[in-house]
Amino acid sequence: MSLLAHLVVRRDGFLLDVELTAEPGEVVALLGPNGAGKTTSLRALAGLLRLDDGQIELDGVRLDPLAPEQRRIGVVFQDYLLFPHLSALDNVAFGPRCRGVPRTEARQQAQGWLARVGLADHVRKKPRQLSGGQAQRVALARALAGEPRMLLLDEPLAALDARTRLDTRAQLRGHLAAFPGATVLVTHDPLDALMLADRLVIIEDGRVVQTGDAATITAQPRTDYVARLVGLNLYRGQASGSRVRLPDGFELVTAGASPEAGEVFVAFPPSAVALYPARPDGSPRNTWPATVSMVSRQGDALRIELTGPVPVAADITPAAAVHLGLEPGRELWATVKATEVRAYRA
Amino acid sequence: MLGLAFLILPLAGLLIRAPWSTLPERLTEPGILAALRLSLLTASLATVVCLILGVPLAWVLARAEFPGRRLVRALVTVPLVLPPVVGGVALLLVFGRRGLVGEWLDQTFGVSLPFTTAGVVVAEAFVAMPFLVIAVEGALRGADSRYEEAAATLGATRWTAFRRVTLPLIAPGVAAGAVLCWARALGEFGATITFAGNFPGRTQTMPLAVYLALEQDVDAAIVLSLVLLAVSVGILAALRDKWVAA
Repeated sequence: MSLLAHLVVRRDGFLLDVELTAEPGEVVALLGPNGAGKTTSLRALAGLLRLDDGQIELDGVRLDPLAPEQRRIGVVFQDYLLFPHLSALDNVAFGPRCRGVPRTEARQQAQGWLARVGLADHVRKKPRQLSGGQAQRVALARALAGEPRMLLLDEPLAALDARTRLDTRAQLRGHLAAFPGATVLVTHDPLDALMLADRLVIIEDGRVVQTGDAATITAQPRTDYVARLVGLNLYRGQASGSRVRLPDGFELVTAGASPEAGEVFVAFPPSAVALYPARPDGSPRNTWPATVSMVSRQGDALRIELTGPVPVAADITPAAAVHLGLEPGRELWATVKATEVRAYRA
Repeated sequence: MLGLAFLILPLAGLLIRAPWSTLPERLTEPGILAALRLSLLTASLATVVCLILGVPLAWVLARAEFPGRRLVRALVTVPLVLPPVVGGVALLLVFGRRGLVGEWLDQTFGVSLPFTTAGVVVAEAFVAMPFLVIAVEGALRGADSRYEEAAATLGATRWTAFRRVTLPLIAPGVAAGAVLCWARALGEFGATITFAGNFPGRTQTMPLAVYLALEQDVDAAIVLSLVLLAVSVGILAALRDKWVAA
């Protein structure tokens, strides 16, 4: 059951205008910064928010004129919204009951769903007696028990701690793979998106800025936000030969001729940036003076934000940082090998 | 301290002057029993009426967006500040035999509300309903409306979502509202005596009986008052956790 949606929502100076498609069995992740319109898109799909324009079509049927209770779309909310006065079993049985399934049979179905998410022993528990990971699985079972035509997940893992998150993510991945309909999931965590989704749709400021599979997006980011997500320095400029001229006049050199003349993106990872106390001699073609503006931890390395003719992030080892005496305000020379700089058409 | 004394002294006076020795006989006097029975009956019926009419009204006030909602909310609270006697007069003008609705009721169904037990219920419900509406509306506002959204995505109609999700969530608020409403109805005097009169066994509730007894037999009035005081304190104790502490 494929989804074809054009969502337009206007709200206090914010305009959401997003086109979205999803094939049966496909998992599409809406990824974007806070306030980009991800949750708004999800609420519009679920019918909890009225479209100002556009339409939603699921398997050839227009959904947008329908009330949420008529759409048969399963939703896993960010904080799950399990009904606090009902047991896990009755929470899951709620959907089937609303669709007219007799009580005993609805409970049997619910029991089956809870067993499938590994909570067969927790059917009698009230939501407040469940751990975060368990509540998440009950919420998923509840959404699936209604036999929805499409599944929507709003930040399904955001409320979990790091450990639970890892397990739950793996399980969620399995359940999503088993779900025959289209799935749209919203997240601001690139790792969740990369692990769970077949395709990413990046939303910024109410618009789609990039779509594609994980490999394409991580290799060729098209906005600063995406570049930062995947950990790349990204610039946009005019290519001629192996040189790319950035808007403020700075030039980056790529290895060999750029594939395109004209507007291109250039990207290189922070680990490709080397820092020196004085101007280095020799091979690196890209060398410029830079000033440290911020130092933060990034895994085992230190992430150094630098200002200068081009703003750039560099990853260096703590030992090197000590050696260089890095602190905000320190003036250095930054270099990037031409072979590390990739250019692709804008 | 002076303020406290001002509040406590009259109650203490009531206890001191009470004819404790003859209390058991007095309590079982048929007149008192009849008034007590009528009071409990009408206050309970008025509470039921308030629940049936007031909960949907509270839901509309808490959940629906419509022009003039503030005005409607203000109107709901009018009986709260209106002198009950005025309420009784207003009820007479509307439901009286020559009243706007009363005349139609009389001619169509042969029903006349004033000076009947049903009239007592109407008068009490009129005065007590704001207590219920305000309490339930507050509970609804406090309850997360997103639970209703979650119910809708699971296929629940608005009514199902309200019945199976919202109502259980706000049950404590509704119960507290109903008790306050009942207490107010039990003590209702002004609107009742104006609209329903003061007929023993038919419209003479406890407060009316107290007033009447005061003119003839002070001790009887004290006994009746003690009963009402006991009921009020009982309610206060029952609601202690929900309202007084808050």
